[in-house]
Amino acid sequence: MPTFSLNGAAQSVDAPDDMPLLWALRDLMGLTGTKYGCGAGLCGACTVHIDGKAERACMLTISQIDGKSVTTIEGLSPDGNHKVQQAWRELNVPQCGFCQAGQIMQAASLLEENPNPSDDEILDAMAGNICRCGCYERIVAAVRVASTGG
Amino acid sequence: MLHFLDPKDFTKPRADAPIEIGKVSRRVFLGGSAAGLALVAVSGAADAFPRWPTGGETMPHGLRTDPLIFVSIAPDGTVTLVAHRSEMGTGSKTSIPMIMADEMEADWDRVVIQQAEGDEPKYGNQDTDGSRSLRHHIQMARQIGASVRHMLASAASAEWGVPASEIKVENHQVIHGSNSAGFGDLAEAAMALPVPGFDDLHFKTEEQFRYIGKGKVQIADLHGITTGAAIYGGDISLPGQLVAVIARSPVMDGTVKSIDDTETMKIPGVVRVIEIKGTPQPAKFAPLSGVAVLAENTWAAIQGRDALEIEWDDGPHGSYDSEAYMAEMIATADQPGEVFREQGNVDQAFSEAANTFERTYTQEHMAQAPMEPLVALANVTADRAELWGPFQSPYACRTDVAQVLGMDPAQVRVNVTLLGGGFGRKSQHDFGIEAALLSQGAGVPVRVQWTREDDLQACFVHTTSAEKISVALDAENKVTGWKHNSVAPSILSIFAKDSGHQFFIESGMGHVDMPFDIPNVRCENGKAMAHTRIAWFRAVSNIPRAWAIGSFVSELAAELGKDDKTMWMDLIGPARVVDPLAEGYPENFWNYGESAGSFPIETGRLANVLDVAADAIGYGKQLPEGEGIGLAVHRSFVSYVACAAHVKVVDGTITVPEMHLAVDAGFIANPERVESQMEGAAVMGMTVALYSGLTYADGAVEQSNFHDYEMVRSDNFPRNVGVHMVPNGFSTHSTGIGEPGVPPVAPAIANGLFHATGQRKRALPMGADI
Repeated sequence: MPTFSLNGAAQSVDAPDDMPLLWALRDLMGLTGTKYGCGAGLCGACTVHIDGKAERACMLTISQIDGKSVTTIEGLSPDGNHKVQQAWRELNVPQCGFCQAGQIMQAASLLEENPNPSDDEILDAMAGNICRCGCYERIVAAVRVASTGG
Repeated sequence: MLHFLDPKDFTKPRADAPIEIGKVSRRVFLGGSAAGLALVAVSGAADAFPRWPTGGETMPHGLRTDPLIFVSIAPDGTVTLVAHRSEMGTGSKTSIPMIMADEMEADWDRVVIQQAEGDEPKYGNQDTDGSRSLRHHIQMARQIGASVRHMLASAASAEWGVPASEIKVENHQVIHGSNSAGFGDLAEAAMALPVPGFDDLHFKTEEQFRYIGKGKVQIADLHGITTGAAIYGGDISLPGQLVAVIARSPVMDGTVKSIDDTETMKIPGVVRVIEIKGTPQPAKFAPLSGVAVLAENTWAAIQGRDALEIEWDDGPHGSYDSEAYMAEMIATADQPGEVFREQGNVDQAFSEAANTFERTYTQEHMAQAPMEPLVALANVTADRAELWGPFQSPYACRTDVAQVLGMDPAQVRVNVTLLGGGFGRKSQHDFGIEAALLSQGAGVPVRVQWTREDDLQACFVHTTSAEKISVALDAENKVTGWKHNSVAPSILSIFAKDSGHQFFIESGMGHVDMPFDIPNVRCENGKAMAHTRIAWFRAVSNIPRAWAIGSFVSELAAELGKDDKTMWMDLIGPARVVDPLAEGYPENFWNYGESAGSFPIETGRLANVLDVAADAIGYGKQLPEGEGIGLAVHRSFVSYVACAAHVKVVDGTITVPEMHLAVDAGFIANPERVESQMEGAAVMGMTVALYSGLTYADGAVEQSNFHDYEMVRSDNFPRNVGVHMVPNGFSTHSTGIGEPGVPPVAPAIANGLFHATGQRKRALPMGADI
């Protein structure tokens, strides 16, 4: 049975080895902030952090995260006030909001690695996350606000 | 003359319910009504409130202005406002309550918004499409807010023994001299008093607005969206539920010949397999024929579905080939069609023309592809059903579900979650019907989860089209005649027997309402039968019409040696208010459900937004080689939107480094959300221009996920989008905003590409690479 850290707490889950982390989170662990958008690593809606780095939860099986540390949108900040979340609120970024958890997790991972990215670095880092409503302009602006250069 | 007909009421689903049950007594549902609200009448003369009629009155179940339905105030002063429209990203869940709060002088920070369940007899129309939420509800929201403010003042008047006219209501406080009370203090006292009539209300002046037309309020659910707590269609679970994933016929009207579920049943977690019988078209929103795998979790259901061995009978549409069909439609557009608009003497204009010029523009099918694939949860028991899901029209879903389950609508409750995007797809609640049927059949709660592949391959798609435009030119190159033959399978084909012809709602979207100042006009519609399910896509038929007309104007400009803007302005002509009948419009001309008197076609507003967008981008400025500016302007949903796109080809890829959208949407209540809708329209418009094409072979969609049905992403979206809103006072009627930003974007990009490269694109999608 895979055992891992989930949002800072030890967790084990009884699931077939090949179940994607996405569905284990949503169906077995009750964490529905991580969204299903494509199931093929193409849209980024299910982005979580594995050992601090952005990964697509639909592309990782539950057995692959054994011993690792998983952070979901629910665990990004204890009070929901991570600097990226605050920047998102400051700019009223979302429209429908469905992709935004994935966008925020991607942005938080980017800023962890590169606290003051250039515009091109932001655009490249966020290119795996589709927003069908088309909030890109505000997403880029919010990442800038949350960066040390903002 | 003008009338509205809801095409969704043309036919009812006839899906076979697995279980017949009898009717039972009506159940009383908990609603959002004001159990503790204090309301009293205040005497006083009506302020100047320039009321105007909208199509809202003629929509099914119309409008409600009773504050008791929408407002409740808790003893601690918390004001709860009911949002009765579905939130799919347009901001209606924020903007309508914001208008109520402003007019009642509630502090936005002390407002809680509660989503209504599907109940149109109670709330009025809830069909959230057609860019109608603000247009139809801004007046009722102001009336509700003003009613509550007057009632609170009246309660205070009685308590303090002072005239109501001397009482001030300001930012959640009711004040007279040294007396003051919070909203919560007065709520209970006011509760017994009657609701005032419109003529007894005092409305705020525009200068007194606190939120309306002003800066920003945080959107509803913003905290939940940014922390993962917001609830979308797939985020609710019930004890004992199963998850269903369905193999659906890849071809419209296909049926199941045989099923082998041997491998499916071996998968741990799979519980059972249920066949859903489809309904031959026209079937409205009835499910397709399919085989559902019900499992303990989504992953097991997906694996179980993929392991099914199904033999399909493809039926009459198994040979649909969209490429061959496009060639047929182009040929059809060359032939005379059914005439929808006839003005002047078109044949004479063409026979006497010094020159003629004609072009044909095409578009492939598109899928709405909201980021949230379709999902719904149903819990059907012997005498009642309850659904949760992202429904654009929850009451229509409720009545359709009641019908397929053999229940009375009173036995069915439809709860509305946030919609993870809609764009027209979630107007078709087939996924809710599937969940209800499967829950009834399985006897447990069932969540139906569509995969992205299901979303693209079993879609209700945007139509495909060939639009041929021809003009007659006199010796001075003035356009004297206009012919536009629009050929496209109709949305009507899912509601009624397919005649191959478009209906008045489609022809009203940029075809017969072509607003140019041309004396001789014929708008025709060539026959095209539907071979897949055609339905709503954000902006609907306006996309191919704006694409065709917008591209044609630029081509004609090049042909005549004019610049694009001059060509547009020459065609639009002097400012006029279109008289539809004098210009040969059909008697059933559809003006988005509005009367032509209240919401006329004003060409001065069309020209103005084009001017604004062109000025914003610096139209006419010198650009380096390989760059160009394109323009387009289009009226839709009774709004006027112009797009100016700066196109630059970088390493063989089309990019848009700058874009300006100018919008005249009448009075704008929430400019911040209008701006976000326009920013989004720029992105979706570029996706339409470059990528959105669903193609069919052997009756089935060829694309399957975002690798071959691509979206504009953050590495290449329209940059530096400027949104310019024409300032209007409240007396200029609020129009629509969710859809009208999209249509002018694709032709503006194509026209910019032409000026950048000399290459003219006439087919959507045009592809990203040059």
